[in-house]
Amino acid sequence: MAIRQGLLALLDEGPAYGYALKTLFEERTGGTWPLNIGQVYTTLGRLERDGLVESAGQTEAGHPLYALTAAGREEVSAWFSAPVPRERAERDELAIKLALAITAPGVDVRALVQVQRSESMRVLQELTRLKANADSEGDAAWLLVVDRLIFDAEAELRWLDHCESRVVRLAAARKKHRSAAAGTRVSTR
Amino acid sequence: MSTPNGVSAMGTGSGVLVLADVTRVHGRGPTAVHALRGVSLTVGAGELVAVMGPSGSGKSTLLNLAGGLDHATAGMVAVEDMDLDALSAAQLAAVRRRHVGYVFQDLNLIPALTAAENVSLPLELDGATACIARRQAREALAEVGLLELVDRFPDDMSGGQQQRVAIARALVGDRRLILADEPTGALDSETGEEVLRLLRARCDAGAAGLLVTHEARHAGWADRVVFLRDGAVVDETAYAVTPQAIATSS
Repeated sequence: MAIRQGLLALLDEGPAYGYALKTLFEERTGGTWPLNIGQVYTTLGRLERDGLVESAGQTEAGHPLYALTAAGREEVSAWFSAPVPRERAERDELAIKLALAITAPGVDVRALVQVQRSESMRVLQELTRLKANADSEGDAAWLLVVDRLIFDAEAELRWLDHCESRVVRLAAARKKHRSAAAGTRVSTR
Repeated sequence: MSTPNGVSAMGTGSGVLVLADVTRVHGRGPTAVHALRGVSLTVGAGELVAVMGPSGSGKSTLLNLAGGLDHATAGMVAVEDMDLDALSAAQLAAVRRRHVGYVFQDLNLIPALTAAENVSLPLELDGATACIARRQAREALAEVGLLELVDRFPDDMSGGQQQRVAIARALVGDRRLILADEPTGALDSETGEEVLRLLRARCDAGAAGLLVTHEARHAGWADRVVFLRDGAVVDETAYAVTPQAIATSS
């Protein structure tokens, strides 16, 4: 989805050919999401089929040029003015793992949380180091992307803290429950 | 993973700050609270170490012990190879003034003193002449980018500028150990980041930094992150260079 919209946005700035679009996309997003040239051509083919892009002659070297249609321009301006849908369609392995662990017998959830915490923290440290060594003006676009990943890692770490305190509270409540139940049994004997 | 006593043991004598098997117990008998249990941690010159953990995990106790503001029940705390427990009260106070810089959440700047006076105060308390103290204060303020504001009073500065004065005060003189407790306090994320950049730069220039924070994003600036839980070190991460960091996390 992002590739499709990204290519449309780049074409809104003027006609271009496939390889140039690949290079531009990577430059403008800080090289964070490398594109495969096959992906670019497949996407351009679909955009053409959907009437958002049309052929616009070729370069001097013979590369076929693509340009936006009126519908394509509308699509770009709609994309820039609308929020990105936030429903999480993709399966989140970590959330699934924790949900299963919390009810599975014999899994040390706090240990699991800590292993993940260290891993996420390590990623956060690496991202921060990249950011620390970057040039704040020259790398502005790339830094925004890095910040995005930093905030993602931070959110995951906060969520892990939240999970851990929830697990601790649950365990304490169960223990209390069990000792209360044991107390009842003693008194009825 | 969970080797509370062994994770960060590094031998003594090599760090600016060394904690060896440190335990701190408040109270005694059945009501005793173990704030720290056998924590070992070394912070070397040029290194920034972050300590994270839930409230009550012992973070603040650790920082207070490192700064000589509290005494260990067992184990050893050494700053610049001096065992803090073996020092007299006067010697300990001198170590705190000369070797340790503190950055707290509440900045503790004195409102009636200018930026330069706030920064030179610890030096003057330590017996430096006003002239030398003032020169060093200007240098420290220049390092945090506040040279043009040396004569301002704290109330006439933004929160970020005040925090930079507090950092300059922590750095002034030859202090090689910087202790920071949630140093970004209520600052917005951009200004908070500047504070972390300054700490990082100071450590890159040879200081040893110990940062207590609950903000993962701030701990990300550290070379190592130590996780405390119930007074013990449960894990730690080291920074390792992998240029693929971005590609693999996207």
